[in-house]
Amino acid sequence: MNKMRYILCVLAALCVVLASCRDEDIIYIPDEVEVSRPEFTDVKGFFLLNEGNMNSNKCTLDYYDYTTGTYSRNIYPLFNPTVVMNLGDVGNDIQVYGSKIWAVINCSNKVTVMNRKLPTFIKDIDIPNCRYIRFHKGYAYVTSYAGPVQKVERKYQQQGYVAKIDTATLEVVGRCLVGYQPDELEIVDDMIYVANSGGYDLNNLETTISVIDIASFREVERIEIAPNLHRVRCDHRGVLWITSRGGLIETMPPCLVAYDTRKRRVVAHFDDFPVGDMWLDGDRLYTVGEAWNEELQEWSGMAFRIIDTATMTIASDCFITDGTDAQFRHPYGIAVNPVTKDILVTDAMDYITPGWLRCYGQDGVLKWQVRTGDIPAHILFD
Amino acid sequence: MRRTLYLLAALWAAATAWAQEVPEATLDTLVTIDEVVVWGIRPFSEVIPAQRLSGVQLEALGSHNVADAIRYFAGIQLKDYGGVGGIKTVDMRSMGSNHMGVFYDGIQLGNAQNGQIDLGKFSLDNIDEIALYSGQRSDIFQPARDFGNAGTIYLKTKRPRFKDGRRDNLTATVRTGSFGLFNPSVRWEHRLADNLSFSLNGELTLANGKYHFRYRRRFSDGTPAWDTTAVRHNGDIQALRFEGAIFGSMNGGSWNAKLYYYDSERGIPGAIVNNVWLNSQRQWDRNFFAQGTFKRRISDHYETMFNAKYARDRMRYVNPDTTLLLLDNTFWQNEVYLSTANKFTILPDWDMNLAVDYKWNSLDATLDNFARPTRHTTLAALATQWAWHGLKAQASGLLTLINDRHSTMRGEEVVSHSNKWLTKFTPALFVSYQPFEAHDFNVRAFAKRIFRMPTFNDLYYTDIGNATLRPEFVTQYNVGLQYQRANARGFLAALKLTADAYYNRVTDKILAVPSGRGQYRWMMMNIGKVEIRGIDLTARAAFRLAKDVELDLNANYTYQRAEDMTDPADTGYGGTYRGQIAYVPWHSGSVIGQLTWRELGVNYSFIYVGERYHVSANIPANHEQPWYTHDMGAHYTFRWGRHSLKVAGEVNNVFNQQYDVILNYPMPGRNYRLTLTWSL
Repeated sequence: MNKMRYILCVLAALCVVLASCRDEDIIYIPDEVEVSRPEFTDVKGFFLLNEGNMNSNKCTLDYYDYTTGTYSRNIYPLFNPTVVMNLGDVGNDIQVYGSKIWAVINCSNKVTVMNRKLPTFIKDIDIPNCRYIRFHKGYAYVTSYAGPVQKVERKYQQQGYVAKIDTATLEVVGRCLVGYQPDELEIVDDMIYVANSGGYDLNNLETTISVIDIASFREVERIEIAPNLHRVRCDHRGVLWITSRGGLIETMPPCLVAYDTRKRRVVAHFDDFPVGDMWLDGDRLYTVGEAWNEELQEWSGMAFRIIDTATMTIASDCFITDGTDAQFRHPYGIAVNPVTKDILVTDAMDYITPGWLRCYGQDGVLKWQVRTGDIPAHILFD
Repeated sequence: MRRTLYLLAALWAAATAWAQEVPEATLDTLVTIDEVVVWGIRPFSEVIPAQRLSGVQLEALGSHNVADAIRYFAGIQLKDYGGVGGIKTVDMRSMGSNHMGVFYDGIQLGNAQNGQIDLGKFSLDNIDEIALYSGQRSDIFQPARDFGNAGTIYLKTKRPRFKDGRRDNLTATVRTGSFGLFNPSVRWEHRLADNLSFSLNGELTLANGKYHFRYRRRFSDGTPAWDTTAVRHNGDIQALRFEGAIFGSMNGGSWNAKLYYYDSERGIPGAIVNNVWLNSQRQWDRNFFAQGTFKRRISDHYETMFNAKYARDRMRYVNPDTTLLLLDNTFWQNEVYLSTANKFTILPDWDMNLAVDYKWNSLDATLDNFARPTRHTTLAALATQWAWHGLKAQASGLLTLINDRHSTMRGEEVVSHSNKWLTKFTPALFVSYQPFEAHDFNVRAFAKRIFRMPTFNDLYYTDIGNATLRPEFVTQYNVGLQYQRANARGFLAALKLTADAYYNRVTDKILAVPSGRGQYRWMMMNIGKVEIRGIDLTARAAFRLAKDVELDLNANYTYQRAEDMTDPADTGYGGTYRGQIAYVPWHSGSVIGQLTWRELGVNYSFIYVGERYHVSANIPANHEQPWYTHDMGAHYTFRWGRHSLKVAGEVNNVFNQQYDVILNYPMPGRNYRLTLTWSL
């Protein structure tokens, strides 16, 4: 009798443990947050691509609807519930061309094409280690780090390339080798300008822009700019604004360089000018960046600057005027609403937890802010 | 008869063990019987005894490795990347795996490079006992290094034991089953003289590491949205382990020396993300060490112990995947360790120990601009232990003196040399009290402050390392109860219950944070702060169900609130402040049961890890489902003459649960194993 009681007690305890349950993983339902009052202009809203940390597969797409003032986090699974493993790992760029949105998903080695009206999946185009995308006359051009490999003195070197995709068939139709670890690209007068970084090897950083002639799809020239190039944007005068992340030593601080494609020379140079992201709006180049002190191994200040591209001077040393710039941990991405000229700035926080999106008026006062996904980075106006 | 005697002996020992030093020989005899019959209460000289797994319990866990076995302790979280070759490290009471010390036959396994000891590398094949201590082993007669961790795991390998005047023991084992596993091992023990014996042990592990895994999502009405099954690739392993040990004893003392060699090549299966179902990274490890211990009681008042070790490790990591940064890096580590511990018995109930250790570590690598660091560590520990009636107390102080040297390189050119000194003093206090002489019931408490040094990777790994890092500190407080009894007859053979509540604070936690040197670069910084409040409960009971039928049950439960206190401003939706830190479940627990009838044994084990978040922003997007696995097995031993053959079969993860321990690292579903062990 006594024995039975013991055994029953033990069995009862086991049942409690075994009954502990586990939910089914349900498709993510977007969080919707009211962040501001509705606004009615030609710009209906914007998409924000959150990069997500490497290996997390947490690249997500958010949408802000100006007409309702509602911010929706992680909308892709709702529109594409049957797509296996969602958008992918590390989103690096998002652009629109015609009726389609193109998202470059770096660590998933693909470019995802979706509809513009509703972001429903059309096709994945495999491009290994793809970085940035631009369009020109029916073709998409995508930079990739993953070109041919050479082994030089025990070390690997891997040239980068630009892939050419036919936007009608969504097939890769060509590739053109450039420098090591090419990042942004810009297309001016039927020429592609590619910012080579060489960032995989800090002892041998790239310092050049590769120029590709679109007609022959061959690299025709290298232009010496600065070490570790990252972004390149062209203003309406044909001047390229090129950012350099800088090198490891003090003699190579980050800088911003203006290169005139028509005069074929550097026309302005802003030294010690860190730019993480920038946005061209007319004659104004909005930049965000952070300075790094190599000696002290710490961040030594954030910069929210505006450059006047007409005069090539700094128009504003800090476009945030209400002191909320101090709330930023790592300013990461920037965009300017083409109609209202509101400035959108993202904060990547610690890169592994959700970041922030902050909206400022032209007066530099915070209008609204909202939590995003992990590493909010790239904004595309709808 | 033998059992009754043993239990009586155990009862006596438990009652009188208070201040008495139980000679190791006695313990070993007890343990020997332990394996044959049933477990009993172990006499202890420690203020707060360990959680232990040995004998039948280890057998019940079948062919798992050490990491799998450690999951069954209270307060432990295992980081498991899955499969036979996947890396497995443990974290105790959420303090971080770098705060754990792992000791192999009394001497710590070091990894100055990254501080991580992959416990998946150690098979249970050669292990006699695993003991886990919170704080430190509160037995004062130990090297200074044993005082220097926030939690400690002691792995004790099998020692030769010779029955009926035999001179040789021979055991051959072969395992096979899922994951393409072929795992033979041989062990030979030989007695050279009455007080001198040796053992040789070799093991080969071959596995292709392939298994199916399934990821799926459903609509809220339960219909499938997507459902995909794939094969886990690049989880293969080829490993060879060889150990040789020699054991000697003399009047009032003993010594042993051992050699260890491990050589492996494995695939690193990597994270499964959209469009990446295959990874190709490889790792080669070669670990060698030689170590020795000498221990002798010189007089009633003085006992001394020497330890020495030399270790050399080589690790090569290759990323041949052209879609990622191509890498082929090799790292070499060296360690030299010398220790002396001296116990003085001042009064019969009052002991002092003075231990001094010296350790030298170096790391070299094929990385660009590599700093080639070396570290000299001198540790001095002074400890005292005192017993008075039911009260037992131990106080210890550890003085750590560290000298780090490295060079700043730019290409082949040495830019500068750096030489840094660090001195720290860290105390610990352990107390236990037995209020009733007739009952083995104890109240216990401890407080300890300790730190971990930044590893060589934290400090000097090219581009990621940060030479300005400070040590990461942990302060621990623990109060608890323990009750145990053993009955010579009756249904309940033995019972042991423990309950502990604790509060830990981790400050200056070393975390990877984004750094300013371009794309995807990270750097280590002392920015984290964590507060952990927890409860560990353990219960163990042995029952005599019928004649020759015994049931042994062991259950653990842990509750933990491990809060991220790093950034008080980061609050609201998606904020990290006071969020549960990454991968720490609020609730976790385990059950191990073994039923034995003569030569037949049936095992069952269950493990439960409750819901968690993979970062300290506790929002639905970061939520991880609970997981729980049921493992079952049975074994039977055939005997004829001096030969015996044990046949064991297991089914692990019986209900084929698909789960991740680490985000995007799928774990194996149901898997099988068959083990044949022949002994002479």
